[in-house]
Amino acid sequence: MTYTFGLDTFGDRNSDAGGKPLSHAQTIRNVAEEGVFAEQAGVDFFGIGEHHTGYFPMPAGDVVLAAIAARTERIRLGSAVTVLSSDDPVRVFQRYSTLNAISGGRAEVILGRGSSIESFPLFGYDLADYEELFEEKATLFAELLKGGPVTWEGKTRAPLLNQDVVPHTESGPFPAWIGVGGNPQSVIRAARLGFSLALAIIGGPPARFAAYSQLFQRALEKFGRPPLPVLVHSPGHVAATDEQAKAEFWPRWQDIITLIAPERGFAIPTEESFDRETGPHGALYVGSPETVAQKIATSLRALGATRFDLKYGMPGLTHDQLMTNIKLYGHQVIPRVRELLS
Amino acid sequence: MREPGRLAVLGAGHVGPVIARLAVRAGYPVAIATSGDPEDIALITELVIPGAQPRWAADAVADADIVVLAIPLHRFLDVDPGLLHGKLVVDAMNYWPASDGVLKAFEDGGSSEIVARRLAGSTVVKALNHIGYHELEDRARPAGAPDRRAAGVAGDDPAAAVTIASLVDRIGYDPVRLGSLRAGRVLQPGGPVFGAVLPLPEFERAVREDARSLT
Repeated sequence: MTYTFGLDTFGDRNSDAGGKPLSHAQTIRNVAEEGVFAEQAGVDFFGIGEHHTGYFPMPAGDVVLAAIAARTERIRLGSAVTVLSSDDPVRVFQRYSTLNAISGGRAEVILGRGSSIESFPLFGYDLADYEELFEEKATLFAELLKGGPVTWEGKTRAPLLNQDVVPHTESGPFPAWIGVGGNPQSVIRAARLGFSLALAIIGGPPARFAAYSQLFQRALEKFGRPPLPVLVHSPGHVAATDEQAKAEFWPRWQDIITLIAPERGFAIPTEESFDRETGPHGALYVGSPETVAQKIATSLRALGATRFDLKYGMPGLTHDQLMTNIKLYGHQVIPRVRELLS
Repeated sequence: MREPGRLAVLGAGHVGPVIARLAVRAGYPVAIATSGDPEDIALITELVIPGAQPRWAADAVADADIVVLAIPLHRFLDVDPGLLHGKLVVDAMNYWPASDGVLKAFEDGGSSEIVARRLAGSTVVKALNHIGYHELEDRARPAGAPDRRAAGVAGDDPAAAVTIASLVDRIGYDPVRLGSLRAGRVLQPGGPVFGAVLPLPEFERAVREDARSLT
């Protein structure tokens, strides 16, 4: 079994060592540095999630990925996630097939909503239309990925009649995943449309998603498709020791989740809930390289998944803390997980 | 203890399967339905809600003693009230504009009161709406467990509220009865216990303090 390991960021706004927030521009330049460094550290994939807020100033991650592509050779680059419902599938395909060209075939996309909703009012979409928007646009995106002229008609964008959409990819479709948070009907949709499955697990015991993984493979069979990979995306932070990782991450986690809880339906974090989530049965991968590696190996086994993407960083952490996290993840966590799973 | 009644869960998204799973485990016969063909959710039911029966909504409701509404609130506006006539209905839905968009029909007043007005022929109890689907299953504990948490039950019909309090108890939470659907507003988004998973004394205190702040 071949396992791959990624890092995802939402462009979490950095602070300096004194706790003062850096500019959006400096945060974006830091993300580009982190992506380049991820390759040097031995990470397989670097993903950027679309967000539109002051604490996640990252609405155009594909531009940053292009900058990373120009300075790297091997690391795969993609979205994590692209909020497809409030975007145009044709434009998303064009941006990522352009990234695929620049990077020599290293582009990927993860399509979804995340738990982020700010793009809907920003671009004039109604959240109540979410389901229809995603279904139609994911269907069109699956068609675009095949290459060749596309004919499509729906309610959410202008129809396409035998339309050639450029740039063409050099070697077939690039990898495309649908991000799922807990809705089994989204798992069925990913299988029906032939996307791989990205399980976003941000709270509670990861093992409860095992049924989703089985559901995905059974649904692929039902739709006559070959098996496709499952990835797990979860937040975390790696530092030299468990104590240091928790001490760095907890106040930042507490701040940001408390801020966004009312609109995203998260519980306000407490020290008790943080301990539970960072413990062996929680969804946060916070700790020393050994602690995090053990937990990743356990989750990949339980979920039948072959890729793990650690969503690193949190608004208010420093660029240095993130670089240390990336170094430890690449140099220690990934080799240790491979060893545990071999 | 009385035999648990038959449950119909409407909705197979984030919330419905979690409630259905908990109810199966608690010994309730459970049917699950969407607005479409039960065949579409057969695989989901087999793997994610083993023990439940996928059915057409009308059939599931007809045979049910308790119907749980676990659909997005904007979809509720498309539900024919006749389907639920005469039924005991648990409203596990939320009006949550920040997350799901603005719905004019729900802008004014408690969402379950508005649901109850639309379902004039049904008995509506608000419950199972305020603990996130990520947590609802993970935090359930048998009666008497030291780390058991509380969950609110609000209804205008006392007998119906007793039945649903028993459901909440059996699936793993200490039920806290609130005297009316109107009092159930404390369970809504923005209320003192929404998204919180509190032990009984803290839950009761949070609800009491909120009631005091309103007077």
